[in-house]
Amino acid sequence: MAEYQNIFTQITVHGPGDPGIPMKGTWGDKRGEIFMSYWLSKIGDAQVGPIYLGGLGVASLVCGFIAFEIIGLNMLASVGWDPIEFVRQLPWLALEPPSAEQGLNILMPLNEGGWWLWTGFFLTASILLWWVRMYRRARALKMGTHVAWAFAAAIWLYLVLGFFRPILMGSWSEAVPFGIFPHLDWTAAFSIRYGNLFYNPFHMLSIAFLYGSALLFAMHGATILATDRYGAHREVEQILDRGTGSERGALFWRWTMGFNATMESIHRWGWWFAVLTPLTGGIGIILTGTVVDNWYLWGLEHGLVPPYPDTGVVDPALSGAQ
Amino acid sequence: MTIMKTTPVILAATLGTMLLAGCERPPVDSEQVGYRGTAMVQVNNPRLATEIVVPEAAPPAPQAGPKAGDIYQNVQVLGDLSIAEFTRTMAAITEWVSPEEGCNYCHIPTNLASDDIYTKVVSRRMLQMTRNINSEWTDHVADTGVTCYTCHAGKPVPEYIWFTDASEEGASNFAGNRNGQNIAAPSAGYSSLPGDPFTALLTEQDGPSIRVLSTDWAPGSGEANIMDTEHTYALMMHMSGALGVNCTYCHNSNNFADWGTGRTQRVTAWHGINMVQYLNEDYLIPLGPVYPDNRLGPLGDAPKAYCSTCHAGLPKPLGGAKMAADYPGLLPQSAPQSQ
Repeated sequence: MAEYQNIFTQITVHGPGDPGIPMKGTWGDKRGEIFMSYWLSKIGDAQVGPIYLGGLGVASLVCGFIAFEIIGLNMLASVGWDPIEFVRQLPWLALEPPSAEQGLNILMPLNEGGWWLWTGFFLTASILLWWVRMYRRARALKMGTHVAWAFAAAIWLYLVLGFFRPILMGSWSEAVPFGIFPHLDWTAAFSIRYGNLFYNPFHMLSIAFLYGSALLFAMHGATILATDRYGAHREVEQILDRGTGSERGALFWRWTMGFNATMESIHRWGWWFAVLTPLTGGIGIILTGTVVDNWYLWGLEHGLVPPYPDTGVVDPALSGAQ
Repeated sequence: MTIMKTTPVILAATLGTMLLAGCERPPVDSEQVGYRGTAMVQVNNPRLATEIVVPEAAPPAPQAGPKAGDIYQNVQVLGDLSIAEFTRTMAAITEWVSPEEGCNYCHIPTNLASDDIYTKVVSRRMLQMTRNINSEWTDHVADTGVTCYTCHAGKPVPEYIWFTDASEEGASNFAGNRNGQNIAAPSAGYSSLPGDPFTALLTEQDGPSIRVLSTDWAPGSGEANIMDTEHTYALMMHMSGALGVNCTYCHNSNNFADWGTGRTQRVTAWHGINMVQYLNEDYLIPLGPVYPDNRLGPLGDAPKAYCSTCHAGLPKPLGGAKMAADYPGLLPQSAPQSQ
């Protein structure tokens, strides 16, 4: 029996092009080119296309390209337009948000935050257009819109970091720079400034959901692969009419931890854990600096911080020492 | 085996070797320095320890006899020393600062009293600075004190000095504003943090606050923004590199601001920061007009001090060797000193 397998197996999926299900009306009737890729067949289906771009997709790509170019050209300008330095320093380079003096000004000079603001506008437009596209493509296929809403959860965190929280703080300078190391340094500085983000309960929840997502994904993937030989990879059918594959998987988890998700609910587990990661994270960020200015001291007041023995060290500035 | 089968093996072996090439050979020594569970541990690899060279003190000289200030002309700082001690100190300074260039690095051979060479004017100010450190800053240098060698280590210009960052001078004012950061910064641990936090934080005693955390959990007790925090962060990265220690040498990193769970080393460091601010403000920056152009920074500023100027990668400069005790001219004087 030919099995649907790839990654670490010799069998790849490579058949005649499939243009997709026939549909009526104006939705999704445009079918693009189809071609086969040998290398993609190693990790998934060999078929590439048909891609549906449409007006939203084109507009999103144009906006994304503008943002990408503003960032890249500013990075190139920051090393004196030297292409070699651009490559050497690329992980360190960034397009910086405005300085604190600019507040929420939207008419500052381009080189003093204006480029950053324009980039934010175009990148946000690109992301939101792509979201609408995800939503509309799902509706065109008469699917649920779960993918779009999961994407929206990520957009929430993105908007909190770069838009909602800076507005609440009254300064664009609170936002994240566009750069590889610079955004990581920003993250560390943000945590230090606001008294250690690890004491932020919503940060804790976000981490729990993040690691939980990875755990659930591994458990589910492992279960299906392990029961594949009994047909458990036909998950949708087994939701309605469970076969020996899903029964073995269920018994395995009952044996080992007493409880099992069902063939259907495991997907809701995964979806919610993934979606709650940026949702709770975004709540944690938006509270930082607006409601809580020092999470460690907040944790101290609310019994979250374990008491550590005092080392007897005293702030020398308090004694007026030189 | 066929080539198809050996190639991935060779590739994996090569990549693995390359990845490991950046590692230090274990085992390392680790020492717990704080309460359990707080990760307050200092890690040292004994194989990376560098040899500390400390010059031996010259044989003691008689303290009796006529004073240098009474015999020689233009001796403004060391005039109270005996002739023998004065000569001994001069010889030591030559060994510490200009062993190759000799006395003539500062003196005109035919007129040792002349101030015509700028290095003599700078040296005089440095002697006053050394005395000030050894008398007024014992909270930082304790009874170890400093000598010229602490920073100079046999070089006319100390190896670790800093100038105000000029890398953005003449840059486009249309695009590419780095705001003093976002380029690999050796002074800040090769991060993309500001490479020059020193101009803002180490040049004046009443400058911007290094403290960026709020003192209360509710908003309103702290005004520092993220950029201020990145300056402090970069300064701390410099201190870490300058002393060869990590954050927990001073801090309990669960709350960097809290003194009560930190170590006493942080108090010493606090006095050190104040000291460097004072030395830069009162001694090193005012020397700017004395230097020739080739000793100045790209913006025409004087060379300045920071932690690594003395520490040079060690928690205690020169491993804590007490060199100053052998040279009375560098120690606190009984008579009040003019600065």
